[in-house]
Amino acid sequence: MQFGIFSVGDVTTDPTTGRTASEAERIESMTRIALKAEEVGLDVFATGEHHNPPFVVSSPTTHLGYIAAKTERLLLSTSTTLITTNDPVKIAEDYAFLQHLSGGRVDLMMGRGNTGPVYPWFGKDIRDGIRLAVENYHLLRKLWREPVVNWQGQFRTPLQGYTSTPAPLDGTPPFVWHGSIRSTEIAEQAAYYGDGFFHNHIFWNKEHTEQMVRLYRQRYEFYGHGSADQAIVGLGGQVFMAGSEAEAKRVFRPYFDNAPVYGHGPSLEDFTEMTPLTVGTPEQVVERTLGFADYVGDYQRQMFLIDHAGLPTSLVLEQVEMLGSEVVPVLRAEFERRRPAHVPSDPPTHASLVASGPDAPHHLVEPARALVEERAASSVDEGAQRPSRDQVTA
Amino acid sequence: MVTAGLTVPSSTRLLADQVAEATVAQVTARGESADVEFVEVREVAGELATFMVTGGIPTPRLTELRELVAAADGLVVVTPVFNGSYSGLFKMFFDALDKDSLTGTPVLIAAAAGSARHSLVLDHALRPLFAYLRAVVVPTGVFAATEDFGSHGLSDRITRAAAELAALVVGRGDYGVGGFTPDLAARPRRTSGTQVEADVTPFGDLLRGHSGTD
Repeated sequence: MQFGIFSVGDVTTDPTTGRTASEAERIESMTRIALKAEEVGLDVFATGEHHNPPFVVSSPTTHLGYIAAKTERLLLSTSTTLITTNDPVKIAEDYAFLQHLSGGRVDLMMGRGNTGPVYPWFGKDIRDGIRLAVENYHLLRKLWREPVVNWQGQFRTPLQGYTSTPAPLDGTPPFVWHGSIRSTEIAEQAAYYGDGFFHNHIFWNKEHTEQMVRLYRQRYEFYGHGSADQAIVGLGGQVFMAGSEAEAKRVFRPYFDNAPVYGHGPSLEDFTEMTPLTVGTPEQVVERTLGFADYVGDYQRQMFLIDHAGLPTSLVLEQVEMLGSEVVPVLRAEFERRRPAHVPSDPPTHASLVASGPDAPHHLVEPARALVEERAASSVDEGAQRPSRDQVTA
Repeated sequence: MVTAGLTVPSSTRLLADQVAEATVAQVTARGESADVEFVEVREVAGELATFMVTGGIPTPRLTELRELVAAADGLVVVTPVFNGSYSGLFKMFFDALDKDSLTGTPVLIAAAAGSARHSLVLDHALRPLFAYLRAVVVPTGVFAATEDFGSHGLSDRITRAAAELAALVVGRGDYGVGGFTPDLAARPRRTSGTQVEADVTPFGDLLRGHSGTD
């Protein structure tokens, strides 16, 4: 199983000192957090992508390329890559390039973005969000899998005789996750292609996360990629740790109370109850995190949000240390103990995808297409193709 | 019954009780029985604030109420009049509903105020709100100023509005026979928004026209 850190890259005033980091300091801080993650034995660092203040993370491959040069083992990912407003041709080029620079230590998580005005700034319409995600991602898959692409869609200039360069490392496109909080179309998209599904989890009640993941798992099986419990699932989580629960709460509370997303609303205690947030000892974090698998099933990647809301870098680096020394080693052992043998421990990596050879389904633009066509030909009852509401909410 | 009074007892709730009683009588008179459930918005005021500032994280109680409202055959809504409109708390409850919660649902609008000079609040504030939610608002609204609690006119209006609501609630569901009307697919579809919809569009349909080759 993989464990890591995901950052939204916000610049937020430290409410305890009134000090706001400069953009340069914030970027440097994210780099230090990523390097620390590798140093303490975490597996993944993922950066968000935003194109508006108070965020600095407008250029993920630049940043991840720099981190790649300074690390040897760390997997570099995104949380999320805006598949709606970015040109899929540029995503194909940038991330293939990053694959080459990093020796294949790259995967990506597709997302639609949550800031309305970003769409018009990039010439798009937010009401087309799902359709943009569908069309752009399909084109991205082609660009990484077909040597010459001829293509005409609804949102972008047509392509005639286009070859994306560099081609993916070892002819093997990076593994892709799709992140969505509540759009069932995106869970369906992830399932259709046999990609991973990531639930942000941190701003939602567990019942909601459970239903979204269950839907993805059922559809993953429906599209013939494996059994539902073999689908590739990632979750977010949010923690703050100290030697005692009281100390953790004392230090974290002012950051919580003034946080950009939920500050000035629910109490720390209420939010802990409502969402997976855990503020306490490393043992408490271990216990809570292990409980996630009880409602989403055995999963493959756990990401932690720890560097936000104006927390100073020194405090965040301590959190990474604790994750690496006291939390993740226990989680690794315990998650493996409960995992059935047929459920993969890790998501696909560059090495595993290369090992599975050029004929593996990963190399098809639409791995499920043959199965869907075969079913259509034998005129399977349309009703049987959809799960009933009871199955998902049960 | 969704009522947004702030005090106990409140004139808002007093009005709601009278409308509830009249509605039950009118439904019963049409040969059906009516189960009445009250939502006192005040009791979830803090939870609504949490829901708003967290981008929609629901509490269990709020989830229950959202499901209750989305499943109701008819709705009576009663607000106090604040600064010439419905109260902020009243609006917060409806802002916390899924936009398809009330589609096609019969709604009786009512308001309690200190003065008759606010009586247009029903037609200038409540009616547009429920039109946006695609509810079916009955023609008679019930407005009660303090002095109305001593007049016959109020109970007459309540009876008329309740009769209109009961007629809509009891008479619902006749959308015609398939094949005879092109609008069968337009049957109002309601959802509380509290559960993940399992009835997902197959990906082949989502991809149609977007695969670059068709």
